[in-house]
Amino acid sequence: MTKYTTVIGLEVHAELKTKSKAFCTCSAEFTNVPNTHVCPGCLGLPGTLPVLNKQVVEFAIRAGLAVNCEIQKYNKFDRKSYFYPDLCTNYQISQLDKPICLAGHIDINVDGEEKRIGVTRIHMEQDAGKLVHSGATISTSDYSGVDYNRAGVALIEIVSEPDMRSAEEARAYLENLKAILEYTDVCDCKMQEGSLRCDANVSIMPEGATEFGTRIEIKNLNSFRALVRAIDYEVQRQKEVLEDGGRLIQETRTWDDANGVTLSMRNKETAEDYRYFPDADLVPVIIDDAWIERVRAELPELPAQRQARLMEQFGLPKYDASIIVSTKAMAEYFDEAVKTAKDAKGVSNWLLGDVSAYLNNEGISISEFKVSPANLAELVNLTKEGVLSSKLAKKVFTEMLKEDKSPKALVKELGLEQVSDEGAIMQFVEEAIAENPQSVADFKAGKDRAIGFLVGQIMKKSKGKANPGMVQKMLKEKLQ
Amino acid sequence: MKVTADIALRIADLTKVIIPEAEMDAYLEHYNKVFDYADELQKLDTENVEPTTYILPIYNAFREDVAVEGVTQEVALKDAPAVYNGGFKVPRVME
Ligand SMILES: [Zn+2]
Repeated sequence: MTKYTTVIGLEVHAELKTKSKAFCTCSAEFTNVPNTHVCPGCLGLPGTLPVLNKQVVEFAIRAGLAVNCEIQKYNKFDRKSYFYPDLCTNYQISQLDKPICLAGHIDINVDGEEKRIGVTRIHMEQDAGKLVHSGATISTSDYSGVDYNRAGVALIEIVSEPDMRSAEEARAYLENLKAILEYTDVCDCKMQEGSLRCDANVSIMPEGATEFGTRIEIKNLNSFRALVRAIDYEVQRQKEVLEDGGRLIQETRTWDDANGVTLSMRNKETAEDYRYFPDADLVPVIIDDAWIERVRAELPELPAQRQARLMEQFGLPKYDASIIVSTKAMAEYFDEAVKTAKDAKGVSNWLLGDVSAYLNNEGISISEFKVSPANLAELVNLTKEGVLSSKLAKKVFTEMLKEDKSPKALVKELGLEQVSDEGAIMQFVEEAIAENPQSVADFKAGKDRAIGFLVGQIMKKSKGKANPGMVQKMLKEKLQ
Repeated sequence: MKVTADIALRIADLTKVIIPEAEMDAYLEHYNKVFDYADELQKLDTENVEPTTYILPIYNAFREDVAVEGVTQEVALKDAPAVYNGGFKVPRVME
């Protein structure tokens, strides 16, 4: 059987966080009430003219610089003509041959291997409206209702080079891109709500070949999981077609998440024919060096820089740092917690361990997490100071999930306060010595490890509440 | 380039225009006049001419990012031939 190489390129649409739409003054905020953020401009009525929102250019430059692009000085807008009710002008304002950003890159790391993925271009365009279908699916609907609230909202489309060779690489690229767009605050990156959307171009070629195979575009990938599953499915499907002696046709397919398959989207127009031409209603945009350099100077700390800082400033392992910086909210939570925490690695352990497990389980993000960074820091400190054993710390954490209370207060409330009473501890020590003569003999024979076992026994007897420092000290004294 | 009936029908399809058979000859004449003129322009020497996309010396006409109340749903839908759930009702979009 022939071995194949997978070739993947991604096209990512990001809705910009502007207050108003790209070419009219309607609010760009999301609303559930149809056709309430509309005006004659975005409704395509005669006699209206588009005027570009300056913030769109600002955001596009910022995103471009953050992914190492060269900002193009001369920009123009083009009309992409198509007939579909989601835009009432019958064209979308976009940029064809003069995109604002060219030739960037994003570095990814998959299984410890660094790889650079090219960013071909970024261009500015407008979003389309939404169709609400009367039936269960588009093809079973006799009619649809069109809502133009989203029509005209500013988008950037970020097009990658076909540099990815596996679904995991595609996922890593999208994760890094998403983090960069979050850090630069140009997009809120909510994939489920559609403010960040991804299409994947997937093809396969025999291993060692230099010419790419037939490219299939997959649409409707609204989660990382969907991206990975769709690519894996599509690669397998393409292999089977070729192995059966079939031929692939260049087409657009849609991802059916419920059934885990890609489906061909039959296109009435035989070939894409968008009849692009310059939009004469919009004047060119010329970006000078001063503008570019100002935006560059104002760029916030980006994920890669933040990762390096966490490793240097707090001595975090690379793995920990990379997970913490992967979302802006997690990175901010960490930074807030380490302000008062006495053990940065301890904070990281909680975030990567129990906190992430809880968030995944609840299906929420850390921005919705009830436990405040200050309280998590306090919990870390109580463990660090030996007030709580790690076992009891987990117990306190479980209580904190119910209500964001100070762990110190919870320790009192739950009666988990450490036993520091010498008499009480001595009783546990004596019991443990009496019950474990072998360990005592081992210790006296020079096996230091035996003391660990005895300490464990004492802690167990005290239900984890004995002061570990005192236990150590008193046990050693007793055994001398 | 000569515009044939096939090409005319393709243009008509893309632009959602119906060309009645009786009027095809008249359409072809119009189309070919436009194409002939384009052929004339193709003959010009543009070797050292910068591409022009906008002829007026204006650029960077921006507005600030301020949202302004648009029209109400009622006004937006006032002239719609049909309405469905607060949206413009459109016929089946997929064959
Ligand atoms: Zn508008």
